Amino acid sequence: MALTDSQVCVYLHEDDGQAPISATDRFQTISALLEKGYRVSFQPSAHPAIRKNDREVPAIVSGSGSMTSVDGTLVPTTGTPTMAQAALEAAESVRERSGAAKPGSWLPWFPVIDYDRCTNCMQCLSFCLFGVYGVDDRGKIQAQHQDNCKTHCPACSRVCPEAAIMFPKYKAGPINGDQVSDADLQREKMKIDISALLGGDVYALLRDRSERARSRFGKERDADKALVERQKCLTKLGEIMADVPAEVLSSLPSPEQIAKRAEEAKARAQKALSGA
Amino acid sequence: MNSASADMSTPSPVSPVAPRLLYCHCRYAQVVPGAVKNEVLRRLCDSKVPFEAVPDLCELSARKDPALETLAAGGRIKIAACYPRAVKWLFAAAGHPLEVEQAEVLNMRTQRADEIADALLAAGFRPNLPLDRTPASASASDSAGSAA
Repeated sequence: MALTDSQVCVYLHEDDGQAPISATDRFQTISALLEKGYRVSFQPSAHPAIRKNDREVPAIVSGSGSMTSVDGTLVPTTGTPTMAQAALEAAESVRERSGAAKPGSWLPWFPVIDYDRCTNCMQCLSFCLFGVYGVDDRGKIQAQHQDNCKTHCPACSRVCPEAAIMFPKYKAGPINGDQVSDADLQREKMKIDISALLGGDVYALLRDRSERARSRFGKERDADKALVERQKCLTKLGEIMADVPAEVLSSLPSPEQIAKRAEEAKARAQKALSGA
Repeated sequence: MNSASADMSTPSPVSPVAPRLLYCHCRYAQVVPGAVKNEVLRRLCDSKVPFEAVPDLCELSARKDPALETLAAGGRIKIAACYPRAVKWLFAAAGHPLEVEQAEVLNMRTQRADEIADALLAAGFRPNLPLDRTPASASASDSAGSAA
């Protein structure tokens, strides 16, 4: 599924001459559709205003529970005991016939940049291992590949010295979008300092450990020890970035690959900063 | 600091055109209390006013969904979602920024359901997005940062 795939939107409305949708039916129907990942436009009128855009597939559900697609083709609703179930069946039917995306296949976890705070320092681009960040044609940092982001990993927001990176589904502020206090800002800067004290930066720490490991492995040729060293390295990274999920740490590439990717990202950041 | 919000002490004059209503279900996370979400949605359904309901505003933003353009560009809008700062930049990230004076965000993570529903259904309108950073506020903030 691509993020640009079209999506079904259910237009829930009331037909002339039909009994109005009860508040209970309305609530249950809209709740059921939202839980399945469908957008709903509730319009208590006989003629719903259908949005015109090439990324939206409308499914029209009228007050009686009878269903039509936007082209007027009736969708069978026989045997559906509740309006909520009928509406879900209609949405599914329209989605299948139109080839629209199946909702709910991606958990939308990704960084959102507060440009009122961002100074375009590129630390996030340099830091992110997963290619989430890029720059626009004017060299401005952007989250460009949101679906590359590792679910529940807020690591890049931890390296942002201005607390400009939000993850709206994060548990606590200011990363969740709550206002940034002076204390928050000092705390973020302090984290950078701590990581610097531990080894210049996280990548430097990883590279350093990798070098030491390589030197030792040259003598010992022991794959088990290599694995142990890597685990130690990842544990250290986990200590620095306390809320980076374990599964993210365990899925990180090798220290050599991390170092290579970091260099590439830094080069991109430098290029953007120099305006090249 | 640059996180000042628009003045919330006095509602703007009531517009002859009622603000549109948008409800975000924050489907993919547990950060918005379920009881709050359900009660806000129930009150909207009880009221019989037209409204838009999205499963997850974050998802629409990542998709750069054109529906956000319609929502951002259509005049006044009240949004039941999460933090105003997050909502502001979710719309902006999709390429459809909200106008600061045209949006009121009710925060289902921190506010009570009745408080949110009352505000959604009230005639008044209290824009509360963080103000765009101006050169003056930026330099003031930068100075404060340097001094710290």
